[in-house]
Amino acid sequence: MSNQQPIPGSDAGLLEGELREQRDAARVGGDPRLERAAAVPAKRPFRFGRWFKATGWRHLVGLVVVAFALFPVVFVISSSLNPNGTLTGSNALFSQIGFDAYARILTNPQVPFTTWFANTLIIAGVTAILTVFLGALAAYAFSRMRFTGRRFGLITIVVVQMFPQMLAVVAIFLVMTAISDWFPAIGLNTHIGLIMVYLGGALGVNTYLMYGYFNTIPASIDEAAKIDGAGHARIFFTIILRLVAPILAVVALLSFIFSVNEYVVASVILIDTENQTLAVGLTKLVSNPRYADWAAFSAGAVIAALPVVLLFLYLQKYIVGGLSAGAVK
Amino acid sequence: MSTTIDEDVAAGSATPPTKRQKRAARIADAASGGIRSILVKLLLLGIVDAIAVYAILVLALSQEWLVLAVVVGVTALVNWIYFSRRALPAKYLTPGVIFLVLFQVFVLVYTGYIAFTNYGTGHNGSKEQAVSSLMAASLERVPDSPTYQVTVVDQLGTLGLLVTDPSGEASLGTTEQQLQPVDPSEVDGGKAVAVDGWTTLQFSDVIARTNEITELAVPFSDDPNDGAIRTPDGSSGYLYTSNLEYDEAAGTMTDLTTGTVYSDTGTGAFTAEDGTEILPGWQITVGFDNFVRAVTDTRLAGPLVYVTLWTFAFALISVATTFFLGLFLAIVFNDMRMKGRRYYRVAMIIPYAIPSFLSALVWAGMMNESFGFINQVIFGGASIPWLTDPWMAKLSVIIVNLWLGFPYMFLICTGALQSIPDDVNEASSIDGASPWQTFRHIKLPLLLVSVAPLLIASFAFNFNNFNVIYMLTNGGPRDTSAPIPVGFTDILISMVYKVAFTGQNRDYGLAAAYSIIIFIVVAVISIIAFRRTKSLEEIN
Repeated sequence: MSNQQPIPGSDAGLLEGELREQRDAARVGGDPRLERAAAVPAKRPFRFGRWFKATGWRHLVGLVVVAFALFPVVFVISSSLNPNGTLTGSNALFSQIGFDAYARILTNPQVPFTTWFANTLIIAGVTAILTVFLGALAAYAFSRMRFTGRRFGLITIVVVQMFPQMLAVVAIFLVMTAISDWFPAIGLNTHIGLIMVYLGGALGVNTYLMYGYFNTIPASIDEAAKIDGAGHARIFFTIILRLVAPILAVVALLSFIFSVNEYVVASVILIDTENQTLAVGLTKLVSNPRYADWAAFSAGAVIAALPVVLLFLYLQKYIVGGLSAGAVK
Repeated sequence: MSTTIDEDVAAGSATPPTKRQKRAARIADAASGGIRSILVKLLLLGIVDAIAVYAILVLALSQEWLVLAVVVGVTALVNWIYFSRRALPAKYLTPGVIFLVLFQVFVLVYTGYIAFTNYGTGHNGSKEQAVSSLMAASLERVPDSPTYQVTVVDQLGTLGLLVTDPSGEASLGTTEQQLQPVDPSEVDGGKAVAVDGWTTLQFSDVIARTNEITELAVPFSDDPNDGAIRTPDGSSGYLYTSNLEYDEAAGTMTDLTTGTVYSDTGTGAFTAEDGTEILPGWQITVGFDNFVRAVTDTRLAGPLVYVTLWTFAFALISVATTFFLGLFLAIVFNDMRMKGRRYYRVAMIIPYAIPSFLSALVWAGMMNESFGFINQVIFGGASIPWLTDPWMAKLSVIIVNLWLGFPYMFLICTGALQSIPDDVNEASSIDGASPWQTFRHIKLPLLLVSVAPLLIASFAFNFNNFNVIYMLTNGGPRDTSAPIPVGFTDILISMVYKVAFTGQNRDYGLAAAYSIIIFIVVAVISIIAFRRTKSLEEIN
């Protein structure tokens, strides 16, 4: 297949050229170990050169990229396992293995890591659920009903999503300060306040994505349910929501990751250390020059990243679809 | 209710439903809605209304009539929407729209307003608040003040003083509320010690809250020049007057000790003739002052120029580097014959799956000049100033952002490549095109058509990529010549954040003015994006 060939002139081609020279040199010297190892499964006589030209060099590129992608990850895991860890002590990878650092970050009374973790899960979780709910309601209306201002509404949503909330962080802070004066329970320094602010972005970011997916569900399903006597609410909650479950999962996960990562608004609204999220708490912890326990921070980072990474890998098929929705069909 | 949904689904078909159809639909709808769903609806609306009533009471007490009117209006609208049989789309749109309007649209507009004010440290409130806090800050005990017997009382966390004057009359006041005569519920030896609605603080409470109590200054009357009652020990109070005198008619503040007259010259603070201001001042609109200051003040204009240039450079280079690496990898791994592609793919997605703030913090540790992994291990003990040299810090930011961003581009390019049919290859090879020609002239253009909108979106995202900058370098190294906390790797959004929320002086007005600059850039990018992709025209 011609498209599988390396492309002369491109990076791939150049790399291939260099590799070819190396391989020729290697063949002259002979590398019986490699040839023997690879020759076993091949049905026709194996030639290293042909294998390398076809796919071998791709593995070489792959290994370099994987090394680049994973070495920070290896470093942070290694230093989290280092029992007594300053930054310098973490440089010898896997020289010591122990879980002391995990115990330190989880129990240090100065660093309320578990509280931050719980705060993050609560804030990001509630935001994700409500974002999905609000977005799905709006997407249903846009997809299934025709009303005045519908096109305007859709355009507004597409335009608004270009302006992330953090651009207005000064105004958000002042609005929340004003709200605190009247209703301290939902103002500054409260989780509800932060969730409310995040929900402001619920329609902007995700509705259009959902709208596209809702449109792929045939309207005849609605009509059939209608004929059977279902009202609009029942159609929405019991039929449509189940059919669009994949997009709901994607939007929930994207929203969850966004909230976990969000620093600007969270740092401004959550003032007390016990109320903060992981992003705010850990950043302030590391930027404190007196805090030198790098191993404990690494342990915290591993604990914090693990659920998100697992969730991401588990749902990666859907996420990749969601990311490129609308552009790549 | 259901009438509309029938119309909706059949949108475009010209025949409107007949009366009979409508009636049938309504009956079906009524039959389907069980008693339970009606109860849920009533319950939810009841909760919303109860909260609204509470909010209205609180706002009425604080005399915030404008906000109150908005709350009343929105509540009425919500009730109408959900009880009406019409307005079906609104039932689905309202919850999201309320949040969208308040925390997305309103705050953007409000940012625009703040940019035209002097809001910030020292200019936080109204003129009345400034006057009373100035007077309170300069209180001094009147030398021949009579002794007032006081009892410290508490109401829901607010401290008040129950004052018995030398003639035996009792009155009550707080910091906010001047002394008002009250009828004490308990008098002990001529001293009022309790009053209804307030809790009298016991001796141990007084000790515990000493700091709060000694700060307490209860205005004597509604004229701030009359002074206030303060108590140094929680049992006897004295009259304190300010050594500033406020002349409301003339709008001037006079320092009684030096005789200097400070007047309101329209700058948002009382200003003496020689230009000295006494702070706190108050909030006023200053027109284009913030913008003029940002551009003409040489100490501010320099940072603004290099921060803006770097923001563009950072966003462009980030998109370019991540895209080309991602495209290269997509081409390399887009070969069916290659084994184990799945494992490479998972390994490459990991950087994208880790929350970016954590990655940036870890990279910051690894790039530490004296102790970091990169200098100590990879470069064998070199001391490369990854984060402390202005140019190296820029390079580091780009490298880390490449690490964070290439998996996304890889995923997108892979998807785009796989969506190009294989016929293209056959057709072009029959026509005698080389693989490179096929890629350059057929596949790349096809790929760019589908990827271009995402590249523009990626540019817009990186333009405001706060986390990488703030967690990795904190915008540093710091530019010491600038009067605001700004550094050589700061992008516009991180500069806004630092001007508004870090440093000694918070300057919301200037920060909002910088935000406006970002708005304009983002708006221009959006217009280009929408023109290019025609996505707005496609909406129907």
